[in-house]
Amino acid sequence: MSEPVEPVVDQLDGTPVAQTPAARLAAYVRAGGVVVPLLTALLAFVIGGLVVLVTGHDPIATYKAIFEGTGFQWLFPWVTGDDRATAALNLQQTLILTTPLILTGLAVAFAFRAGLFNIGGQGQYTVGGIAAVWVGSSFAGMPGWLHIVLAVAAACAAGAAWAGIAGLLKATVGANEVISTIMLNYVALWVGFYLFSLGGPLQNNHDTSVPVSNDVVDKAHLPVFWGDPVLQGLHIGIFIALVAVFAFWVILNRSTTGYEVRAVGLNPEAARYGGMNVARNYVLVMAVCGLFAGLAGSMDVLGWQFRIATNDIQISQIGFLGIAVALLGRNTAMGTVAAALLFGGLLSGTSQRNLDPSIFEPELAANLTTIIQGLVVLVVSADVLVLAMLRRARGLVPGRGRA
Amino acid sequence: MTARRLGWAGVALGAIAWYVTLPPLLVRTPVPSVLIALVAVGAGVAATREGDAQICRAAILVGISGGIGAIVATKSGEANLEKVFVWSALFAAALRFATPLLFAALGGIMSERSGVINIGLEGMMLMGAFFGIFGADISDSWVIGLLIGLAAGGVLGFLHAVFSIALRADQVVSGVGINFLAAGITGYVFIAHYGDQGTPGSVPNVPQVNLPFIKETGFFGEAIGSANLLTWVALLLVPLMALFLYRTAAGLRLRSVGEKPRAADSVGIPVLRTRYLAVVTSGCLAGLGGVYLSVGLVHSFNQGMTAGRGFIALAVVIFGGWRPYGALAGAVLFGFSSAVAQRLPAFSDSLAVLFQALPYVLVLIVVAGLIGRSRPPASIGVPYVKE
Repeated sequence: MSEPVEPVVDQLDGTPVAQTPAARLAAYVRAGGVVVPLLTALLAFVIGGLVVLVTGHDPIATYKAIFEGTGFQWLFPWVTGDDRATAALNLQQTLILTTPLILTGLAVAFAFRAGLFNIGGQGQYTVGGIAAVWVGSSFAGMPGWLHIVLAVAAACAAGAAWAGIAGLLKATVGANEVISTIMLNYVALWVGFYLFSLGGPLQNNHDTSVPVSNDVVDKAHLPVFWGDPVLQGLHIGIFIALVAVFAFWVILNRSTTGYEVRAVGLNPEAARYGGMNVARNYVLVMAVCGLFAGLAGSMDVLGWQFRIATNDIQISQIGFLGIAVALLGRNTAMGTVAAALLFGGLLSGTSQRNLDPSIFEPELAANLTTIIQGLVVLVVSADVLVLAMLRRARGLVPGRGRA
Repeated sequence: MTARRLGWAGVALGAIAWYVTLPPLLVRTPVPSVLIALVAVGAGVAATREGDAQICRAAILVGISGGIGAIVATKSGEANLEKVFVWSALFAAALRFATPLLFAALGGIMSERSGVINIGLEGMMLMGAFFGIFGADISDSWVIGLLIGLAAGGVLGFLHAVFSIALRADQVVSGVGINFLAAGITGYVFIAHYGDQGTPGSVPNVPQVNLPFIKETGFFGEAIGSANLLTWVALLLVPLMALFLYRTAAGLRLRSVGEKPRAADSVGIPVLRTRYLAVVTSGCLAGLGGVYLSVGLVHSFNQGMTAGRGFIALAVVIFGGWRPYGALAGAVLFGFSSAVAQRLPAFSDSLAVLFQALPYVLVLIVVAGLIGRSRPPASIGVPYVKE
């Protein structure tokens, strides 16, 4: 787009101008502290609790049951015996879900820092999973570690290419990345359906009556380091995700590329004036985002799913949850990890496997998660103003008229 | 010949190239089509030199796809083509698919013309879809269902308005939040009230309008002789909204608020109130689109049933250049692509699945190729602060 972007001015004290989301969120990050994200999450949970209450359930008991499903009480030393064993199993599930959430969160956060809104994490996650399951279920004779590396690399490449389409469209013809990434989500969904549906090219060779992929060969499974591999123990993906978090931080804060990414995010016109190639940056940023999300897809496929059914593609929310994870984590490395833990706990705590249906039905709880997710995003969307009001109330920022 | 006319001629030729290979003409050799398509691309290229990049890109694009479409058509069996391209049935289906898009797109025009981006159309539609059928079920009347669905969309529109106008939120982020919220709320109440059973089959539906005098007239009879009441409402809303936007004082005010709110404010137009009204109306219209989906078309509700139609409606808004008649053209185009995709199982079941992606790919092409530089309202996405 060639319209000149006016310099960023404080929205409250100057003329309101169109700011990039990254510029807005930069103000949010500068404000410091974890108080506002905590309040955001708390508010979302309270409103979610009200929904539970008005539909005739006990919110306290519900949240307690969900919390017990997360396994977080394993961290409490006074939990012992059978309770501890159960908590360990549940915590493994929570961390298994936290792994892809960290990565899809990074996929959104990285884009935000560059002034782009990547809603396409879900599609990038899907194509990553497809690539991983295809490589993982082929080449049966390969050494295990090489097979894993190859499958992961294929997933990253697929995700990067998928997101790169949106970046390229933005860079060349100025297509709005919000719409293009949403559309790519649906295209990825239907491509996945096509590949694994009955008669599809990647449908299971042995059982042609089920719309599911071939199984990933045993040697290409990610090693399990906590719990029983047969009972879906915790695989090493969580460490890979943490390495990705570190890489995210290094790229953004300690590299020239990261500097350019942040500069473009804060003010593309100024960055262009400063000699940076804004178009190239858009493509690069989206590709990196897709890489994170594609990696997330491969972690799930190689870590615990081992196959993809068309149904899995449809019900997965990992990529969409990444949006709430990134926003709640203020698009920072550590914030994303913390927010991913929260939503990972929420997902496993409300799962069929972990939530006691006599207290709250898991189908309802899944929708409660979506409500909380929506509320978090909604509240964060207005946070700059909330923050400014907080600061003004404390007299830190002179208001208009007094300045 | 001006560049514009040359461009439009290219678009028409590209379409003709494909059309001649389909029933009833069914030319079985691709040669004439490819030649026509090349002329279309040539017209596009020639027009590019004269300026007006938008329509030229369209001509090149339609020319290329027309040529490819023609080659594919000549390679497929006549019987299959006859089965898929029944034009009257295709047109009727296109109208069915276009209706929800049209409602939501008209809503999108209202909101965006006032300066508020509405990514939340999808969620507002979903609210209309669920609460429409829910209301029709508990009241046993489709009229009440329709009103409740419309109001549910409006309530969500109001929420989006509060965040984007009063709290000056980032409108895209707020809209995304609205969508998640709607998915959560509708899914929650749906499960809480209907459980595994789903919505009952006995819910009263919005009636079809049968036009017996047209029904006998062949093509038009089959295409529009028995359309849903809400389809007619949507079609009627197009000229009404054009009239409102361009021929009334209120419409002028709405547009001025989206273009130059400061100037509008200085002549006494209540900027914030106008935006509130526009966004709430937008939610109501999107809600109506949802009501049509559940109570008019499918006669049931399932979670997430809008399946991205709200987002496609946004693309329709852009495609139509934020104008009602443009939105009509866009909605019919997307409706048509869905209608073709729906009939493709005649060729191959698994390929037909892939072609479900067609409308979404089309949006990508539209957002990228055709309208790279379309001009949105000047102050879209910018919160207004009174002096």
